[in-house]
Amino acid sequence: MLGYILRRLLATLPVMLIVAVFVFLMLRLTPGDPAAVIAGDNANSEQVAAIRNSLGLDQPIFTQFFIWFGNILRGDFGESYFFKKTVAELITSRLEPTLALSLATIVIAVAVAVPLGVLAAYRQGTLIDKIVMGFSVLGFSVPVFVIGYSLIYLFAIKLNWLPVQGYQRIGDGFGGFLQRLILPSVTLSVIYIALIARMTRTSVLDVMGEDYIRTARAKGQVEVKVLFKHALKNAAVPIVTVIGLGVALLIGGVVVTESVFTIPGLGRLTVDAVLARDYPTIQAVILLFSFVYVLINLLVDLAYTLFDPRIRY
Amino acid sequence: MGWPVTAPVLDVQGLTVRLPAGADRVHAVENVSFAVAPGEIVCVVGESGSGKSVTAHAVMGLLPPGQLTATAGRVLLEGDDLLRKSPTEMRRIRGDRISMIFQEPMTALNPVMKVGDQIAEVLDIHTRLSERERRARVLDVMTSVHLPEPERLIDVYPHQLSGGQRQRIMIAAALVLDPVLLIADEPTTALDVTTQAQILKLIKELRARRNTGVLFITHDFGVVAEVAHRVVVMQHGRVVEQGRTEDVLRRPRDDYTRMLIRAVPSLSPPPRAPAAAAPIVLQTTDLSKTYLARGFFAKRREVKAVKDVNLQVRRGETLGVVGESGSGKSTVARCIARLIEPTGGAILIEGADVARLGARALRPHRKRVQIVFQDPYRSLNPRRTVGAAITEGPMNFGMAESEAATRARNLMRLVGLDPDALARFPHQFSGGQRQRICIARALAMEPELLVADEPVSALDVSVQAQVLELIDDVRKRFNLAVLFITHDLRVAAQVCDRIAVMHKGEVVEEGTTAAVFAAPKHAYTRALFDSAPGRHFEFGKFEV
Repeated sequence: MLGYILRRLLATLPVMLIVAVFVFLMLRLTPGDPAAVIAGDNANSEQVAAIRNSLGLDQPIFTQFFIWFGNILRGDFGESYFFKKTVAELITSRLEPTLALSLATIVIAVAVAVPLGVLAAYRQGTLIDKIVMGFSVLGFSVPVFVIGYSLIYLFAIKLNWLPVQGYQRIGDGFGGFLQRLILPSVTLSVIYIALIARMTRTSVLDVMGEDYIRTARAKGQVEVKVLFKHALKNAAVPIVTVIGLGVALLIGGVVVTESVFTIPGLGRLTVDAVLARDYPTIQAVILLFSFVYVLINLLVDLAYTLFDPRIRY
Repeated sequence: MGWPVTAPVLDVQGLTVRLPAGADRVHAVENVSFAVAPGEIVCVVGESGSGKSVTAHAVMGLLPPGQLTATAGRVLLEGDDLLRKSPTEMRRIRGDRISMIFQEPMTALNPVMKVGDQIAEVLDIHTRLSERERRARVLDVMTSVHLPEPERLIDVYPHQLSGGQRQRIMIAAALVLDPVLLIADEPTTALDVTTQAQILKLIKELRARRNTGVLFITHDFGVVAEVAHRVVVMQHGRVVEQGRTEDVLRRPRDDYTRMLIRAVPSLSPPPRAPAAAAPIVLQTTDLSKTYLARGFFAKRREVKAVKDVNLQVRRGETLGVVGESGSGKSTVARCIARLIEPTGGAILIEGADVARLGARALRPHRKRVQIVFQDPYRSLNPRRTVGAAITEGPMNFGMAESEAATRARNLMRLVGLDPDALARFPHQFSGGQRQRICIARALAMEPELLVADEPVSALDVSVQAQVLELIDDVRKRFNLAVLFITHDLRVAAQVCDRIAVMHKGEVVEEGTTAAVFAAPKHAYTRALFDSAPGRHFEFGKFEV
């Protein structure tokens, strides 16, 4: 098991290298000049050239790459062109909101979707099943920002229950933190509820036909326990897979949601950095996201062993 | 009756269960009546669709809701009508006063739950024992079903146990609360014959010790002869005959019962003409297949599925390969058909070694060896017509479509099916008909060697006899060499000229069927023969 984890972590290194090369090249092969953005509208070409020189952007592309990559190996992600801070500082300061939002989203999604999915499977073909599945189709098809603005309109503007937007750090009071987190995480969780509920339903339905479900009933087990003790654990592997996929896809959703609710997280940082052609920041954020992605995959694989004793690494 | 007159544990009176609208008949079971006394084993025998399983599930209150409903009759458990119980009352009875064991112990146990917990679950549902008391009870019942090292096995998962051990766990869970009635639904059908003998012995022992009434569902008359005190024969949802085992087996009154019993293949091989010195079609020399399991840190593990197997089949001869699951008999078949690659030895098909040929070089040899698989429900592509299934092979080898279609029509007639049915899909045929189609499909290639891998194991006994007859008929007609893989000694006795007994990847004994059955030499062969259920009984020799 430990050997397996070690091997998987080692395997992330080449993945990260490939990601690094791609990100680096992509940014430099797409149009846009960070020096021009920094210099502003009124700068002349000498000023722009001077800035470019000071950033090292006039060096050959390979030299640039090796300098950047060499620095990363030493733990130095460089300095942001735009925010005038080191990238490491920048990311650390933006980490909490995104982490809080993602975590809250996944917790809500799993807590709502799994029971809904089990219920739909248990009451297959009935009105409840149809409502759950109908909601699921809706959740897939409505874009995040539409859900976000609708919820803001209803709960913040009309009912005045929750703040319209913004973010409060956990350190500045838990109540305010939670109050401001509810709308964005509910917004973001809708699509995951749809996805996970659907998967749970299908997976539990598959399992309900198995012989050991009949055995559990032959023992006199009550239906709730047949469902949650016997069926759900057996249905868990595909559900966990989808949850893992969901967490990975969350990164995209975070960008939009943070913009809608003006939350100063990594998603906002990404948007701002892209608009400012802030190469070091973009590169670091994307590397971080890819690393998280690889890590989640590993966690999902490890989670399988919790649910199914037949899976061993 | 000779049986002590006591009140029955189970008294089923006029049970009728309705099928959903649109089924092939109105009732799944109709007016079924029988009783089970304490300590008595009553076998309900019938073929698929006879309603025997529905009867068992109706007693358990486990009929699928909305699809099957008991519409008439009474199911009295110690005088208490179960059909009038609410779902909650039935839940309290299940696992406590009646319990059930099932056919396939692998799938009937929850794969992600420790086996000890699965036994303890029954105690958890029906009693208020403490954790410690529960564990003690579980260990106790595990010991009583003769599981080795209960202290260790209590914490393992089902996949870590053998098939026989799994069924013992099922039985332990069923008996932990000392129910008055045990329903056993084909409990040994999925087990090897030696394991089956042990489980049957265990059920007999437990019912004697605990005075449990046993309702035993089976399709196998060998098992009936082995365990039953009384027999209930069912056909199309009705009881056609019931009585004491001796009476029913020796003096059956009903025609259907007589037919069923007569269809049980005899363990004594019929006389066969000794094989002439016909040319050898298949010869394997030191055929071996080793599977390698590799781990990163774990040591390399070798599994020798087949070890140095030497077989020979002549034209017009049937060689039976007999063995239990895991003996390597199917691996041998798959190597010979080159569905998998052997790791050692040679496979000579009419003198040409095909053991090591690559895909391209193998192609011309493919048509010379054809295979018929066990489960005709899964070996035909459900989305293609049977005509397409039969003509595909010859057309792959360059035959014109019209010619292939003509051949398919002739073959359908040969295997006893209507040639006009070629346009139909597999699901429109019964199991026996599908196996006929599979045989026609194999014959369409005009093979030299027909490999039949458990071809009748999935079929009802009356259908089984017909398919065996068909295989023997095509062997004679086309002068085929047949390699017949089976776990069933009765079947092997009837169709094979010679048999090879496999055990743990090796052939332990080989000889003419008559010689091996008359005087088995190897200890394993003898153990296998001793395990055959109903071996003391000569089926089909009726007294008037």
